[in-house]
Amino acid sequence: MGAFFGDLTLGKTLYDKLWDAHVVRELPDGTCLLYIDRQLIHEVTSPQAFAGLRAAKRPLWRQDANLAVADHNVPTKDRAQGIADPTSRLQVETLDDNCRDFGVRLFSMADKRQGIVHVVGPEQGATLPGMTIVCGDSHTSTHGAFGALAHGIGTSEVEQVLATQCLLQKKARTMRVRLEGTPAAGVGAKDLALAVIGHIGTAGGTGHTIEFAGSAVAALSMEGRMTLCNMAIEAGARAGLVAVDDTTIAYLAGRPFAPRGALWDQAVSAWRDLRSDADARFDKEVAIDVTTLAPQVTYGTSPEMVAAVTARVPDPGTLADAVAAESLRAALRYMDLAPGTAMTDIPVDVIFIGSCTNARIEDLRAAARIVQGRRVAANVRRALVVPGSGLVKEAAEAEGLDRVFTEAGFEWRDAGCSMCLAMNADRLEPGERCASTSNRNFEGRQGAGGRTHLVSPAMAAAAAVAGHFVDVRTWM
Amino acid sequence: MERFERVEGLVAPLDRVNVDTDAIIPKQFLKAVGRSGFGENLFYHWRYREGAAGHVVPNPDFVLNEARYQGASILLARANFGCGSSREHAPWALSQYGFRVIIAPSFADIFYHNSLKNGLLPVVLPEADVDALFRAVEATAGYTLTVDLPAQCVREGEREVGRFAIDPFRKDCLLNGLDDIGWTLQHAAEIRDYETRRRAEAPWLFGREDGVPHE
Repeated sequence: MGAFFGDLTLGKTLYDKLWDAHVVRELPDGTCLLYIDRQLIHEVTSPQAFAGLRAAKRPLWRQDANLAVADHNVPTKDRAQGIADPTSRLQVETLDDNCRDFGVRLFSMADKRQGIVHVVGPEQGATLPGMTIVCGDSHTSTHGAFGALAHGIGTSEVEQVLATQCLLQKKARTMRVRLEGTPAAGVGAKDLALAVIGHIGTAGGTGHTIEFAGSAVAALSMEGRMTLCNMAIEAGARAGLVAVDDTTIAYLAGRPFAPRGALWDQAVSAWRDLRSDADARFDKEVAIDVTTLAPQVTYGTSPEMVAAVTARVPDPGTLADAVAAESLRAALRYMDLAPGTAMTDIPVDVIFIGSCTNARIEDLRAAARIVQGRRVAANVRRALVVPGSGLVKEAAEAEGLDRVFTEAGFEWRDAGCSMCLAMNADRLEPGERCASTSNRNFEGRQGAGGRTHLVSPAMAAAAAVAGHFVDVRTWM
Repeated sequence: MERFERVEGLVAPLDRVNVDTDAIIPKQFLKAVGRSGFGENLFYHWRYREGAAGHVVPNPDFVLNEARYQGASILLARANFGCGSSREHAPWALSQYGFRVIIAPSFADIFYHNSLKNGLLPVVLPEADVDALFRAVEATAGYTLTVDLPAQCVREGEREVGRFAIDPFRKDCLLNGLDDIGWTLQHAAEIRDYETRRRAEAPWLFGREDGVPHE
């Protein structure tokens, strides 16, 4: 009865609604058997899960809930020649074999719908509001942009969802991050995401589901909301969320896996309720005014080591906390940066525009607007644009974006995770410094000894042209 | 999953915050299609360096390579351990190296749960207790601790040096070596009932009756 009266007196958060709709069984300690509507599968975290099913002679619980695509290991050029690295090739072939044997829908490397799993899901309408969505990949938080409860899982859980369509979980706490105001031209969703991480830290969202709200979030496109939710995991939150609105519904209309006809109307009317009630209470609230926010650049080896492009590299000597100071010192040593260096004085060797954070059509348009009619600077050794999917690539080519990039000196590649984590041939050499639109600046993430600065697509494009970071607002 | 009850073992310190899963097991080792062979590549880029003729050799400056920490089964770590990707290869690598317990002031969520599913116990202790343990390890060669899961405490000899929380369900799974799939399949009928209810409410979440997905 308590819960019943609780419902009458207190509104629900969006997270509460999504959670409650998926509880199959609750245990006395609060652990719940949670139903999963959609599993996205890629080649890196699934082979051991399928092997487990085979060993236990277990079938899939529900074939139609799964969608697979290879993305981490795929080459982004000369694809017709196949995958040169035998271990990468084996992993992709293992995914193909597993999908065939278990009857999982797969977009193969040759399919133009192939791409980064977190770009493909939404693009196909396989990501829908109100779903629970999992994938053996931490950036599954991306799909929360659609008012879906989406988060990364480990391989044991991939196997569990394949076998049972459920996970055993405890409910997280709730945090609302309100982003208010209209950001300046040249300041985009990536800057908002980095600013949030800078504000709350990489563990600020640990144990929480973050709902992004406020006028700046409402004004974002679906691509922007995906960028924001993608980076929720970099703030420690397994899942990010944005409420469903007209922008969400307009994006999904007509997508291949989305419902049609009467079923579409029925779904839309249910989706309209996927927002936090006005009187819902969150365990934590954060508000950031983004009106004066500057473009953001990371300078260290954790996404929380981030500053405005107008700022300077901080001095570990000014930090009171000894562990934090030592951690910053180690990061600056790795990054080969002196305290006090202006962000705009940091030269770059490599530009990477891509990843599940920033490889959608809007990201490519934002970068192309900056690059248009300009050239990549002489000190930049490589500049890559890696579209998030074959369909993003096709759309960009239809708009002529590929020519804007190639005429400026960028390489125009095929879809995949590429240099975000360098599991394929695209990687930094030791000591190379990269302006990257990806999500992690960890040591060695983009190649052993490589140095990553996380930025928006517009900032990466401007850095490519200038040869160092610049405040892209001054180019708008 | 291996049962977990009590571990008494040598403690090794890793004095860095935000140790991410890329550092624990770098991406080049994620191409395996099996579950074994990760231990030798744990902390690869910290643990090894270039030697002669393109071979890697142990990096003598990395703490786990010090003679006094060989055979450690308890890793003492700092805040936000295991942040970053969801790769379960991280707990596989730590377990296969020989760790049974990781003690830290906080863990990233996905890593924490992946560890529990592999019989690797993540123990959260208050920052001050962890600081004290770092000092004790530093000061005492051969420093050992006992991690007692039934009692949910950490002991130095007979002296309790910390108490930790763990969900009763997870504790039970560890103590009995139970895996989630076996447990869940005991409730298959409830899952089917849920699906029947849900299909009536939200039919667009399911493929057609013949199992073909919408498209």
